Amino acid sequence: MNPRTLFEKVWDAHLVTRETPQTPAVLYIDLHLLHEVTSPQAFDELRARQLQLRQPDRALATLDHSTPTLPAAAGGERPYTNPAAKAQVAQLEANSVQFGVELHGWGSRQRGIVHVIGPELGATQPGMTIVCGDSHTSTHGAFGALAFGIGTTEVGHVLATQCLLQRKPKTMAITVEGRLPAGVAAKDLILAIIGRIGVAGGTGHVIEYRGEAIRALSMEERMTVCNMSIEAGARAGMIAPDQTTFAWLQGRERAPKGADWNRAVERWQQLVTDDGASFDREVVIDAGDIVPTVTYGTHPGMAIPMNAPVPAARTAVEQRALDYMQVTPGQPMQGMQVDVVFLGSCTNSRLPDLRVAAGILRGRKLAPGVRMLVVPGSEQVRVDAEAEGLDQVFRAAGAEWRLPGCSMCIAMNGDQAQPGQLVVSTSNRNFEGRQGKGARTVLASPATAAASAIAGRIADPREYLAEAIA
Amino acid sequence: MKPITRIRSRTAVLADENVDTDRIIPARFLTTTSREGLGRHCFNDWRWLPDGSANPEFALNRPEAAGCSILVAGRNFGCGSSREHAPWALLDYGIQAVISSEIADIFRNNALKNGLLAIVLGEPVHRWLLAHPGVELGIDVVAETITLPDGREFGFWLEPFARHCLLEGVDQLGFLLQQGDLIDAFIREREGREAAIHGRTAQESRSPTTGAGT
Repeated sequence: MNPRTLFEKVWDAHLVTRETPQTPAVLYIDLHLLHEVTSPQAFDELRARQLQLRQPDRALATLDHSTPTLPAAAGGERPYTNPAAKAQVAQLEANSVQFGVELHGWGSRQRGIVHVIGPELGATQPGMTIVCGDSHTSTHGAFGALAFGIGTTEVGHVLATQCLLQRKPKTMAITVEGRLPAGVAAKDLILAIIGRIGVAGGTGHVIEYRGEAIRALSMEERMTVCNMSIEAGARAGMIAPDQTTFAWLQGRERAPKGADWNRAVERWQQLVTDDGASFDREVVIDAGDIVPTVTYGTHPGMAIPMNAPVPAARTAVEQRALDYMQVTPGQPMQGMQVDVVFLGSCTNSRLPDLRVAAGILRGRKLAPGVRMLVVPGSEQVRVDAEAEGLDQVFRAAGAEWRLPGCSMCIAMNGDQAQPGQLVVSTSNRNFEGRQGKGARTVLASPATAAASAIAGRIADPREYLAEAIA
Repeated sequence: MKPITRIRSRTAVLADENVDTDRIIPARFLTTTSREGLGRHCFNDWRWLPDGSANPEFALNRPEAAGCSILVAGRNFGCGSSREHAPWALLDYGIQAVISSEIADIFRNNALKNGLLAIVLGEPVHRWLLAHPGVELGIDVVAETITLPDGREFGFWLEPFARHCLLEGVDQLGFLLQQGDLIDAFIREREGREAAIHGRTAQESRSPTTGAGT
């Protein structure tokens, strides 16, 4: 057989029918993740056509986008931002019952952001095809799965047939050589990558991240990298599974057990790009060059080292982005005054993200006037963090410790910034108005977010990290 | 869906590059459980001033943009979130075709599945269209051409199956459902293979806990 890439191996293994000039491939989907925002119209379509789920046991639902992160009142009433959000949640609860879908709802200790709980439960596994009506489904590619976001019509397709019509995408290798310097995070790496290839640099492609620096990343760090593949325009990002992957997955609820585990690992070890396999495009990045990186504009490709001068606008649109952000060309982002800090989202809300931020915040206070929201990615992350006392560290510093959800990343549950406020955010999108109308978002790592919360200005976390280590 | 063969309209131009789906429909309007009525929030925070009046600076609010159903947009239109609410909002607003030099993957897929033409043109003609708002444009889905007012024609490419569905007014789910036997066979074959690997019956192996591997 011809040498194949990791992507091609997973793609080939899921082909019900190959593509022809006239028709796309029919691609089988192993795992379909659902949440309340992009599923209601798809379930309506099933009802209208009197269809059932083809394989309900391959669907997994949770509540995350519209859900309040403040606790329920004494009477049990949850503080939804509006009746529509509450109705949307109720709709998924009802649809899950009607169609037999496993829902990790309010009562579940496994509820959380859809891209946090999939891996956490061991539902996300190497070699799978995984989809969700959410563009950050690319997160699951960290496990060597082919995982991508789909629209609501396609959510309906998967519910009804467990398959999707797909044209085979192109492949792109991003090889990250060397090692990330101390105090430089996976978030800095992916921001630097998007800054380099641009927000449309991956359009039409599935990215495979490879190289020494990628192999050295933990699973949580790999998820951060793959998560933001879509911000470079790529549908999916993948990393070949290895011992780090297997060790992370072993023992999780849905992971294979006993002898099945050994056989699974044997198969998963085949999920590597063969020597001699070729990519449509290749990019090489030197990890040693990466420093703490932040965004300065209104899309994730406008990313620079925090101590580098903001580049001058080359177009009217870029000028508008600089005006919106109230940044001055020639000045660095480091030192800009901060109003709000958001630690959370499917990019950076896992236990190690919270640990690194707490390490910096321990024994310190937020700068006067800074508001900080810490939103764990899942109930499991919340429980684990509280067991370590991280919540106490955050609270003692003056931050708000919230319930799991997407929160201020998408700002549709009421958690949002005010017009003009500057938000240092560990999320994935700095689009105009994304975190509230007029809010100015600066994307950053959890360490940068924590350091900036203390300084009241965008700050280099390495000074604080050195102290935390010492 | 109604079949779409031709569209004829003046163009409205939104020259900004990288218009993301959050700009097309801000997230706070996504709490709906319907596809309907999103047009009034299309480009909401760009289109309306804080006092609720129309923003005169916004290209689509200009008088000459009124009634245009072809939107010529800057490069990389529709990037970001996978929300299908974006094409729903554009269609409800009255847009029937979006033309750009590059259109984000998920948005393009979503658009075509809803009968919103998403057309990618080469740089030169795209640049010309950006510089000439309000021109009368003909789009022919059968011939895959756009025609400028002076009669010049430019070809474009639509994914053949999406084009077939647009022309026939059929949706893709119908086609997928027709593949039911093949899908069933694929699932049975895989369950059998898993069972052989794990030394169990296919019935026992019907667990969603293992990936396909290779």
